[in-house]
Amino acid sequence: MRRFFLHGLIIFSALAFLIKLAQLQLVDNAYEILSNNIAIKKVYDYPERGYIFDRNGKLMVTNQPSYDIMVIPKDVKDIDVDELCTLLKINRSDYDNILKKAFNYSPRLPSVFIPQLSKDDFAALQEKMWKFKGFYIQKRALRDYQTKSASNVLGYIAEANEQLISNDLYYQMGDLVGIQGVEKYYEEYLRGVKGVKYIQKDRFNRDIGSYKDGVYDSLPRQGQDLELTIDLELQQYGELLMQNKRGGIVAIEPATGEILAMISAPSYDPSLLIGRERSKNFTKLYHDSIAKPLYDRGLLAEYPPGSTFKILNALVALQEGVIDENTTVPCNHGFFYAKGSFMKCHGHPSPLNLNGGIYNSCNAYFGTVYKKTIDKYAKTSEGINKWSEHVKSFGLGDFLGYDLPTGRKGFVPNAAYYDRAYRNDRWRSSATVSNAIGQGELLTTPIQLANYTAAIANRGYYYTPHIIRKIDDESVDKSGLVKKNKTTIDAKYFEPIVAGMFDVFEKGTARGVRVEGIEICGKTGTAENFAKINGKRVQLTDHSIFIAFAPKDHPKIAIAVFVENGYWGARWAGPIASLMIQKHLNDTISRKDLEKRMLEGSLLDEYMKPISGLPFTINK
Amino acid sequence: MKRYITDYPIKIDWIPILFFVLLVGIGWVNIYSASSSETGNGIFDLSKPYGKQLVYIILSLVMVIVVFAIESKFYERFSVVFYLISIVFLLGIFVFGKKISGATSWFVFGGFSLQPSEFAKVTTVMVLAKYLSDGQINMKNPQHLLTALLLIIVPALLVLIQPDAGSALVFLSLILVLYLRGMSGWFVFVAMIAVLIFLMTLLLSVNWVILVSFVFFVISYFFIPRKKKMIGPLIALFILCSTLSYSVDFIFKNVFEQRHRDRFNIVLGLAEDKQGIGFNTYQSKIAIGSGGFWGKGYLEGTQTKGNFVPAQHTDYIFTTVGEEWGFLGSAIVILLFAGLLFRLLFLTERQKTPFAKWYGYGLVTVLFIHFMVNIGMVIGLIPTIGIPLPFFSYGGSALWGFTLLLFIFLKLDGNRVNEW
Repeated sequence: MRRFFLHGLIIFSALAFLIKLAQLQLVDNAYEILSNNIAIKKVYDYPERGYIFDRNGKLMVTNQPSYDIMVIPKDVKDIDVDELCTLLKINRSDYDNILKKAFNYSPRLPSVFIPQLSKDDFAALQEKMWKFKGFYIQKRALRDYQTKSASNVLGYIAEANEQLISNDLYYQMGDLVGIQGVEKYYEEYLRGVKGVKYIQKDRFNRDIGSYKDGVYDSLPRQGQDLELTIDLELQQYGELLMQNKRGGIVAIEPATGEILAMISAPSYDPSLLIGRERSKNFTKLYHDSIAKPLYDRGLLAEYPPGSTFKILNALVALQEGVIDENTTVPCNHGFFYAKGSFMKCHGHPSPLNLNGGIYNSCNAYFGTVYKKTIDKYAKTSEGINKWSEHVKSFGLGDFLGYDLPTGRKGFVPNAAYYDRAYRNDRWRSSATVSNAIGQGELLTTPIQLANYTAAIANRGYYYTPHIIRKIDDESVDKSGLVKKNKTTIDAKYFEPIVAGMFDVFEKGTARGVRVEGIEICGKTGTAENFAKINGKRVQLTDHSIFIAFAPKDHPKIAIAVFVENGYWGARWAGPIASLMIQKHLNDTISRKDLEKRMLEGSLLDEYMKPISGLPFTINK
Repeated sequence: MKRYITDYPIKIDWIPILFFVLLVGIGWVNIYSASSSETGNGIFDLSKPYGKQLVYIILSLVMVIVVFAIESKFYERFSVVFYLISIVFLLGIFVFGKKISGATSWFVFGGFSLQPSEFAKVTTVMVLAKYLSDGQINMKNPQHLLTALLLIIVPALLVLIQPDAGSALVFLSLILVLYLRGMSGWFVFVAMIAVLIFLMTLLLSVNWVILVSFVFFVISYFFIPRKKKMIGPLIALFILCSTLSYSVDFIFKNVFEQRHRDRFNIVLGLAEDKQGIGFNTYQSKIAIGSGGFWGKGYLEGTQTKGNFVPAQHTDYIFTTVGEEWGFLGSAIVILLFAGLLFRLLFLTERQKTPFAKWYGYGLVTVLFIHFMVNIGMVIGLIPTIGIPLPFFSYGGSALWGFTLLLFIFLKLDGNRVNEW
């Protein structure tokens, strides 16, 4: 064996090499393709990115040309550096630094020398570029925003990062790609398809003509225009109303699921994220960890729904048959939901039936109703799960499936959750009674709440909310995107609820923001919330919440408004919702003083409280 | 000196010389392709690698004549002296050496640089052959084994700290010669198991190693015949494997710094790094893979011309063959190496003097390890270890080292008739 050990090793290695070589050179042609990628130059022809319109055909986003001076360091030879510096308005040391950087990146590949020249500079340079070997002008298209609004909906575009380039063969260094919002979700439509010409290069990297007479070349395909469901005017109005406040507004057309407006406050002007100031502005927005302007509250912020959730508990109770519209519950500034446990309520007549319970937003009423629902079942866990199932059928506690790239699930507890929290079967309906009034573990995002309102407006179903209306002026087939989702509540149970919501405006908690001539149904909400300050849990001023739809019959808009730390639902969210509804339905605002109060109102002092480091009082 | 001048005629075996000429010739042709450019100034352009290599080749032919002129006994008699001189040179590098691409492996005189480790390979083969040629030596004797191992390990350590792990591996490969001389196969077996455990620990995890070795030992327990059952040793072996695995894991995680870990991870393919070390293999696979069966034709390799493969005229010279001459050319080169190695093995086995015989085994081992590691690395079969392809790669020191190594043996072989 020893004698043939070396023989064996030699034969084994030679065979292994031949097999591997056969695999590399004869079987696998991936390497040939890669070689072509390197030795055959591709020249791209970029199509114009699609425009974006609002639902009324108003132009929101177009393009503007921009000119980058590019350099291939290896090719820079015999140029008049001083003249170039004068033309580019840079000094000699800048020139040396940038060129050195480009050389370090690659002597052979183009680098951006000066990005985004103005049109005037470009005009002056264009005629003289031929003098500067190794430099050339690359035309690119930047976005040109026709609006200062809807940045959270539109998103933005930026250069593709390395990770994307390595994952998606379409993109090269320097290509622009949608990063957020519609720009990201509809990237493939907006960008079009770039054209490509294959240029054969010889061993000295010189172009020697079209590769194989251009059989592989392709023409660019234009980017497609999008028409969004957003009503730009309503969007702008909503953003105005939300100035100096934080929160989110989502308005949906119940009959279709189209998103009419999606406001996140505070927001930013989308034009900040283009041009030479882009990275400076982006850094500023990105690092604002207090106001978080890049954070889309309409889709991402999870708030407790507060009393707006009582409507749903009533619907569940009706469906489960534990109450009817005549069921009355007494309330003496609250009620005992278990021995020694009292849930407070505010002053109103007692006892109340369902209608009164809704428009007075009586905690005792809904606490009792909720307990009845859960205790209908022999086991509390069964009751909770049944309740949870009903709640989830309204699109709460899960992604809605809309065509925007971000979102949060919110949270709807079930028996398994309480089993973890309280140990198996050691808890009863009273332990979860906060669910009755939309507090406790429940969390919803503004779009979920708006969608839930749309389901009530439709009396039992909702269409998947969505942002796309038309692509290239053609109606899009939305069957894959938009689905009719039925709730588990029968249509007949909605009428008494809708009547109650109508009375919220007529004689209830929102009577102060009634709009003459429009039949609005709504519900106020006020949600307790907490923040951690220096590791301590501190209660902040309640969130002001409102949901509404109008008109009562054949509703055209369903809306949810969250105003962070705005206290009563009727103080901020209610008026804002009613103004939005009036704007949408009548296009004129009759209540100028209310509008003025909303536009001028500011909660900035409120937002300063937790970060001021000083003691503060809440709910003033 | 005079008495060491050969008495002619001698019987030189011409077949290895033919292989040598072919390999050096094909090598130069490919170096030309890999390093030529539009500014070239004839094949003797000394500013270009191909021009310099031509000079190195001519100098190597002068060396051949000198080697043949010296009497064969000279090499055996002075092997220890040569060995000591080369060790001194290896030490001298830490004082006078110049750092080139991260390793202090060169003496630089003006435009020329010399890499003493390439010559130390020759002297180590010589001194090992000298030691092993003593009939009293027995590899089962621990003291003898240790001496032989020391002869190998000293230069290996010296080049390892340059750091030049590739050359260190070449020295260590000479342990194979000890195995051929009668060293227990257990050493080879244990070394292989240790390497296996080492790699498995890093590639998988400690738990995997323990699981696999446990299963292995349980199976071997049932396969060993009844009466020979040795539960004790098997358990001991299992514990040994687990301990080794644990300590490798511990050293890797707690003793190593991040840069060490990075390097290992890249070499083991645990971290993709197309811009770093992994980049070389990636580019060389592209170049070779795009060659197809017939190749792109001489001087037509698009990857070669674009200088896409780093160090293409040195360690990665085989990529030029792969791209421009295709599978056909690559296979021919591999067969040329295999043919040379087989011929040298044949010659080794017909040696009558023990020195020539053990020198032959050393020669074959060194050439083989270069061949295997270099081509294996270039085509991506084994991790990146930078050692040149014998006779092929650009570089004076390496070419001269291999020329000396080969032709001293041919001289010894040619002289075998005069010995008796």
